[in-house]
Amino acid sequence: MEIIKRGAEAEIYRTEWRGRPVVIKRRVRKGYRIRELDDRIRKQRTKKEALLMMAARQAGVHVPVIYDVNLKNHEIVMQFVEGERVKDVMDEKDEEWQKRVCREIGAGVALLHGSGIVHGDITTSNMIVWQGHVHFIDFGLGTKGGDAEDMGVDLHLLMEAFKAAHRNPHLFRWVMEAYETHFEGATEVKKKVEEIACRGRYMKGEI
Amino acid sequence: MISLGIEGTAHTIGIGIVERDRENCTILANCSRMYRPEKGGIHPREAANHHAHHLPSLLRQAMDESGVPIEDIDLISFSIGPGLGPCLRTAATAARTLSLLLKKPLVGVNHCIAHLEIGRVMTGCTDPVLLYVSGGNTQVIAFMEGKYRVFGETLDIGIGNCLDKFGRAIGLSFPAGPEIEKLAKEGKHYCSLPYSVKGMDVAFSGILTACLHLMKKERMEDICYSLQETCFCMLAEVAERAMAHTEKEEILLGGGVACNRRLRDIVTTMAEERGAKCFSPPDELLVDNGAMIAWTGILMHESGITTELAETKVKQNYRTDEVDVPWR
Repeated sequence: MEIIKRGAEAEIYRTEWRGRPVVIKRRVRKGYRIRELDDRIRKQRTKKEALLMMAARQAGVHVPVIYDVNLKNHEIVMQFVEGERVKDVMDEKDEEWQKRVCREIGAGVALLHGSGIVHGDITTSNMIVWQGHVHFIDFGLGTKGGDAEDMGVDLHLLMEAFKAAHRNPHLFRWVMEAYETHFEGATEVKKKVEEIACRGRYMKGEI
Repeated sequence: MISLGIEGTAHTIGIGIVERDRENCTILANCSRMYRPEKGGIHPREAANHHAHHLPSLLRQAMDESGVPIEDIDLISFSIGPGLGPCLRTAATAARTLSLLLKKPLVGVNHCIAHLEIGRVMTGCTDPVLLYVSGGNTQVIAFMEGKYRVFGETLDIGIGNCLDKFGRAIGLSFPAGPEIEKLAKEGKHYCSLPYSVKGMDVAFSGILTACLHLMKKERMEDICYSLQETCFCMLAEVAERAMAHTEKEEILLGGGVACNRRLRDIVTTMAEERGAKCFSPPDELLVDNGAMIAWTGILMHESGITTELAETKVKQNYRTDEVDVPWR
């Protein structure tokens, strides 16, 4: 097995599973966490992530197909999505590409929220463009059955990620335009985003 | 260049005198007084009165300690924000007076960035992610595209505030962090608490409430232990996320809560496990202090920044990412 990424909490291996190209996401033990906390967090997140990814797929969002889950080793075996990470390529692409991808991100998040799925770590590092579509990965911090507040936190994080990592200031607006057309509850969530932005230390209310 | 820095954002009034010689920072003096409320949390007006009362003797002490003749000071730096209004205004008034009296330029410094800059120069790390943990502030900051950006922060109260509030409930005096650290060392049993990481943000108020509920049925030592483990692991996790996200390999600690050894151990282990390094300046530079303001003032001034007298109005809500950073 070849390790292709060492993330903050998991290692991603590239391998084959019954003849299919897959990645295995293994949540590693964190030496800084006491045992009780570490076991609880790893098991909970592995289980929840697998369930959320399946729910997201049912909602029509592009996510890798899950082949297997192993709770003892904190592993998920999933389809290998071989594309470009949105974070890496966004700033190099022309505005037309950016607009298209941002709209697809907005539509994708709308579908997730429309079926009560909150991603929980929705940054451009967790989106891969493959076969012309934005695939969402890393649902490890997600929740199901989230309310407008949770969805607002979700979008607020995305907004912050755009501000922090990408140059074009219009990106998030394009995301929101698509989000609003694809999700009925968008108006309420949008209000929450503004509210949450003001809640951050020392914000003056503009977003 | 020699800079005199005045820190006065919250409970501490501090004066530091710092000299820059090329890339080296020499701290000639760094003294402070801390306001300790008799009961409850910080009362802003009481804190400001405390600062005003102590400033003259503190200034004399700093001058004596440094051995620098007052006319050799080239620059007056002060904490312009963020912080408690009355405290900030007291420090700013002192800075303006000194500037007019000595006819030296003024520089208003962002308190959060000062924590980062003093850590950077004293520990020798170059491009770190800063985990800034104090009473009021809990932020994960890193340099990107010309600014210090906040990648994660608390969505409700600061970690120090969380510890203090719990401490107050169990009868500890302010600041409660060191006492909680002592109690936690005797803790053995982990009581399950909410674990509240949202992306790169954290929230502490729910954990605080859960701890208050546990008081009836669990040992105090065990609650302190569980509180520390949970909160500090959350902080290490968001710091690690920010490191992964920004692809930086240094983590720097700042703020008074970073004096906690358990937090330092946790963050050090986190860094080691990912092949990164953890840096932490000495305790007296982790807590609020004048030297960090003085040093950041030099960095700013030497890159062409001066705060004109008319622009020295304090900024209680001064955001970390509002500051242009031409010195990097």
